[in-house]
Amino acid sequence: MQIFPCPFCGPRDEREFHFAGEAGKTRPDTTGEVSPDDWATYLHMHRNEKGRTREVWVHTPCAEMFIMERNSVTMEVLGTECLRAKS
Amino acid sequence: MSHYSAFRLFREGLRGQKGWTPAWRMPAPKPEYDVIIIGGGGHGLATAYYLAKQHGIKRVAVLEKGWLGGGNTGRNTTAIRSNYFYPESAALYDFSVRLYEGLSRDLNYNVMFSQRGMMVTAHSEHDLEMATRQYNAMRINGIDAEMLTAAEVRARVPLLNFRADARHPIHGAVSQPRGGTGRHDAVAWGYARGADTRGVDIIQNCEVLGIQKEAGRATGVTTTRGDIRADRIGATVAGHSSVLAELAGFKLPIHSYALQAFVSEPIKPILDTVVLCPAFGTYVSQSDKGGIVFGGGLDRIPSYGQRGNMPVQEDVVGALVEMMPALAKVKLLRHWGGIVDVTPDSSPIIGPSGVEGLYLNCGWGTGGFKAIPAGGYMLAHLMATGQHHDLSRPFDLDRFTTGRLIDESAASGIAH
Repeated sequence: MQIFPCPFCGPRDEREFHFAGEAGKTRPDTTGEVSPDDWATYLHMHRNEKGRTREVWVHTPCAEMFIMERNSVTMEVLGTECLRAKS
Repeated sequence: MSHYSAFRLFREGLRGQKGWTPAWRMPAPKPEYDVIIIGGGGHGLATAYYLAKQHGIKRVAVLEKGWLGGGNTGRNTTAIRSNYFYPESAALYDFSVRLYEGLSRDLNYNVMFSQRGMMVTAHSEHDLEMATRQYNAMRINGIDAEMLTAAEVRARVPLLNFRADARHPIHGAVSQPRGGTGRHDAVAWGYARGADTRGVDIIQNCEVLGIQKEAGRATGVTTTRGDIRADRIGATVAGHSSVLAELAGFKLPIHSYALQAFVSEPIKPILDTVVLCPAFGTYVSQSDKGGIVFGGGLDRIPSYGQRGNMPVQEDVVGALVEMMPALAKVKLLRHWGGIVDVTPDSSPIIGPSGVEGLYLNCGWGTGGFKAIPAGGYMLAHLMATGQHHDLSRPFDLDRFTTGRLIDESAASGIAH
């Protein structure tokens, strides 16, 4: 099994983690009118990169979401970081 | 092209097999074609074949970065079926099954399509209700299906686990008698031979590195074997569709995942149909060579690594042994992974890409092999006429904007 590093719990078995989505997407402001194109782009269109990726993951036991950078071909984990605002 | 026949086989047997010629040429790429197909798997080769055969477009090149059928066409579990839920899907996939039914004769190449039937088991009273719902949907869609009682399942597949302490006892099954398996390599090779005979250039070891555009229109490709121009470019690259889209400057509603499969050492014939147990998310058949061919659901981690891994192996092998306890001592021979292109509704994308001159056939996810004839037929129709075939219209990329998704996530019986 591969070991992924949770920024909160440390190194854990890959089966405890769940992929949530690509990092850096901004939800359109739904208080105003959102065009179908913008909404479809936000909901469905992905970079789906081959190679270096930056994604949001969740560690199921602690239920925290975090950013993981990894290589989608070699599966090497390049780093993880907390999503919470730094004080 | 030399015609293949039983007589020919017999004659060559007497002559020391010296009369056979290569099934297709190995041409160098020309600087320009009418149509370029990127990707020499089943879908790409079928597209080229139908462009030449149905539409008379013969200045066609198929560009393959590796060898023919070396991607998902050579990495699947060869199941062919059309037991889908929605009318749009049922029509498209059943068109594919019907093309498969005549394919060996059409291609003069034995694709070994064996309609040995495919059953989906039900493991509780609730499962049985859902199986009946699927049966009804299939019948309404004009696809023949059968409901089997537990006793009928047992008579058909005595290998299944009918012990009193079975983790998931079998209550019945829904079956598609026309489903079955085919020979995956033969599908790619048959289409390649048929396309080559009609003048299509099949160019292997030729990777596309860039899409050339003029005034927003795709006009050609940059490859490891030089630049090639064409009016129309078709992309049939499955799990690498997002990589190709990035070269052309757009994004797709696709995540790429590994889908793994397994084959055991060859054993004597013990299983003469395809069985899918949704409770385990595992399906199994036996190849003509005797290997037990089986697989499970998608990997949980988006990936471009074309290989297997331990968590899925543990799940799938464990499930198979519970499904068919007699297989526990059988040795695993090979285990592999292919990269599949998964869409939000688990339905394919066939249509214009948004970049003029560039067309897509992708998003088949875990079910691309069974759809090879239909996918190729639809893309060829679209590229030749500029219009969707009636069967491919619902699968246009525009459904993600209009919201008319065709949600077949449950139809494959495998959780996505």
